[in-house]
Amino acid sequence: MKVSMRGICKAFGPVRVLENVDFSLHGGEIHALMGENGAGKSTLMKILSGVYQPDSGSVEVDGQAVAIRSTRDAEAAGIAIIHQELNLIPQLSVMENLFLGREPSRFGVIQRAAMRQQARAQLDALGASQIDVDAEAGSLSIGQQQMVEIAKALAMDARVLIMDEPTAALSAREIDTLFALMRGLKARGVAIVYVSHRMEEIFHICDKISVLRDGCFVGERVIADTGFDEVVKLMVGREIGDRFPGRDVLPGAVRLAVRGLSDGRHIDGISFEARAGEVLGIAGLMGAGRSEILNTLFGINRRTAGEVWLDGAPLDVRSPAAAIAAGLAFVTEDRKSQGLVLGMSVRENATLVHLDSYARLGVVNQAAEQAAVAQQISQLRIRTRDAELDVKSLSGGNQQKVVFAKWLAKPPKVLLLDEPTRGVDVGGKAEIYHIINQLAAAGVAIVMVSSELPEVMAMSNRILVLHEGRQTALFDAANLSQEDIMAAATGTAGHDTRTTQD
Amino acid sequence: MTAQQKATLQKLGPFIALLVVSGALAIMSPDFLTVGNLMNVMRQVSINALIAFGMTLVILLGGIDLSVGSILALSSVCIALMIQSGLDPVLATLLGIGAGAGMGFANGWIISKGKVAPFIATLASMTILRGLSLVFSGGSPITGLDSDFFQMLGGGYVAGLVPVPVVWMLLMFAGFWFLLKQTVFGRHVYATGGNEEASRLSGVKVDRVKIWVYTLSGAMSAMAGVVLTSRLNSAQPTAGTGYELDAIAAVVLGGTSLTGGRGWIFGTLMGALLIGVLNNGLNLLGVSSFYQQVIKGAVILLAVLLDRAGKK
Repeated sequence: MKVSMRGICKAFGPVRVLENVDFSLHGGEIHALMGENGAGKSTLMKILSGVYQPDSGSVEVDGQAVAIRSTRDAEAAGIAIIHQELNLIPQLSVMENLFLGREPSRFGVIQRAAMRQQARAQLDALGASQIDVDAEAGSLSIGQQQMVEIAKALAMDARVLIMDEPTAALSAREIDTLFALMRGLKARGVAIVYVSHRMEEIFHICDKISVLRDGCFVGERVIADTGFDEVVKLMVGREIGDRFPGRDVLPGAVRLAVRGLSDGRHIDGISFEARAGEVLGIAGLMGAGRSEILNTLFGINRRTAGEVWLDGAPLDVRSPAAAIAAGLAFVTEDRKSQGLVLGMSVRENATLVHLDSYARLGVVNQAAEQAAVAQQISQLRIRTRDAELDVKSLSGGNQQKVVFAKWLAKPPKVLLLDEPTRGVDVGGKAEIYHIINQLAAAGVAIVMVSSELPEVMAMSNRILVLHEGRQTALFDAANLSQEDIMAAATGTAGHDTRTTQD
Repeated sequence: MTAQQKATLQKLGPFIALLVVSGALAIMSPDFLTVGNLMNVMRQVSINALIAFGMTLVILLGGIDLSVGSILALSSVCIALMIQSGLDPVLATLLGIGAGAGMGFANGWIISKGKVAPFIATLASMTILRGLSLVFSGGSPITGLDSDFFQMLGGGYVAGLVPVPVVWMLLMFAGFWFLLKQTVFGRHVYATGGNEEASRLSGVKVDRVKIWVYTLSGAMSAMAGVVLTSRLNSAQPTAGTGYELDAIAAVVLGGTSLTGGRGWIFGTLMGALLIGVLNNGLNLLGVSSFYQQVIKGAVILLAVLLDRAGKK
């Protein structure tokens, strides 16, 4: 089993997205496809799966040229794609989703018993016996939904499985399950294309890696013969220097103090302090209540117990507007649904929070607004041709910088960050770390939630670890190992609060 | 053509459509392109345009206001009753517009605080308010509004040429243009319609924005009610039936997206004028009123399909 894509070119209007790209894939390998946002990974995979047609170039399966003109053609050739945004219909049951469009039927009447039996067998074969075939797809966890999608792909005899950022929304435990499943598929001779920004995972699970840069193929490497630095260099075309830029700031006075914070549902008895110039990291598995701490501090969720002080004064906010007035800022987890108004321009997004600063009696001073935005674009190095462009047209990293711009128009006292570099490529990440460091140096207290352990460990002064809504440890980030954090996050370190500082 | 030029052309689509239709009518009917007729068209358009300006804000929020026709009727019944009972006509007019604003406020409050879908909330208030206008008027028209001031509001002329309702329409157009383009409130309307969650998390008081928008829509409907009542010199409890659909048609023809966040008030004015010009032109050409409906519907469909094609 071998798939080769040769000389693929694709342009959208005047924009050349892929230029003479070669990519080959063998059965029984997990092949990482890497590149910065906008490098053309998604387009290449959409061509392979029949969503787009190439302008020129060919696709061969086992030496035979195949024309993939639609997703149906791709399915017939044994190629299936699992999109980052899952495609299940939430109101339908698991088995109805599995057989959508090819329901076993007689005279148009669905054979539910046969359907149930086959669905059960397919899920069991993937080791997903805990998934109820009659459950509504929307009630499953994201990890389980992904299993259903994979089962659906395999039911169509897929021999090539393309997975686009499959771990972005998974917990550590679900990632382990997924990786075990991927190894099983590999042993059965399935070829897997793995698209991800997470270096650690790629070096952990993949056999080979192909890198795209600016629409061109820049190289293929065997994972065993390459390293992190080489891959990054291939991707960005230069050395990015330190992956995590250092910060030389001594934490000052306590700005944010939290005692016994609870929301009555997700978090219970959370206590910590964040000092001026300090980054306090919050780690834990998905669903441990990390985001809920930030949501409660910001007035989105109701606080049911506990106290919060800001610069020594009690803080009681019941809405985001009140939190902002008090000097809090919150870079939310989901940029598209919570961070930006897609469809509005870079300028309009960048001034959404503090538009009043450029207005008198409710009338916006357009010149002042434009000047302020121009300054932020250069200060935060937001790469956009024009401040009037739809923010949707920017890359993930630059979109995230617009979110930062929105909050930094007036310097906050405390900055809450929820997954600040999700979906941001390597170069963009380093720039965001720089921004965080600059804010710390300016005396902002920063509370950062992140699922990427290397990021939390490198960027934080101290790390609060949660397990099922309770804090299990508060570590000093120096000389800490990933194992220490995972032990506290999985609750295996016991439920005592361990504090290695103060 | 660059993407930006294409976007500008797209935005001017309703204006171009208006020019094309007007040009065609001017060729087909010699009576169309006369000052008298054009003023007449503008006056006929003014009622729909006033309602549609308020509706534009509602639709920018991703909402809908079905109750505009009922608000129009109930406010005009209120005004007529007040004038009849001897209240000063100026005060009665202001109170009537205030009553319309209050009805809009109630819509906005139920939608934002009660979290009821706008379609359902305004469907209910449409029915309730229509019922109330029948109750207050006893089901029959209220006539005999002997007030020169009040008759001037809908029937008068400025400088002997421009009908007073047209002046209202142009003033309100300028006001809404300024509100949407230049103010913090306008920006918050676009932001809330574009992404309510992100706006709320950015400190936009989205509930307050919604309440204000529906309040404005109510006030504009009442203002249209003033114009209509003044021109007819009587308040009809069944007036304004179906006006919500004309207003929505004008907004959509103007290029405002029903999913919210995208649109502009100039488009709505063009949309309202386009509908008015079609009505007038088809009348001048002697087209049967049965066919007029078919043609109007087809034009709306065509305009939206062209808009779709242009976006691809």
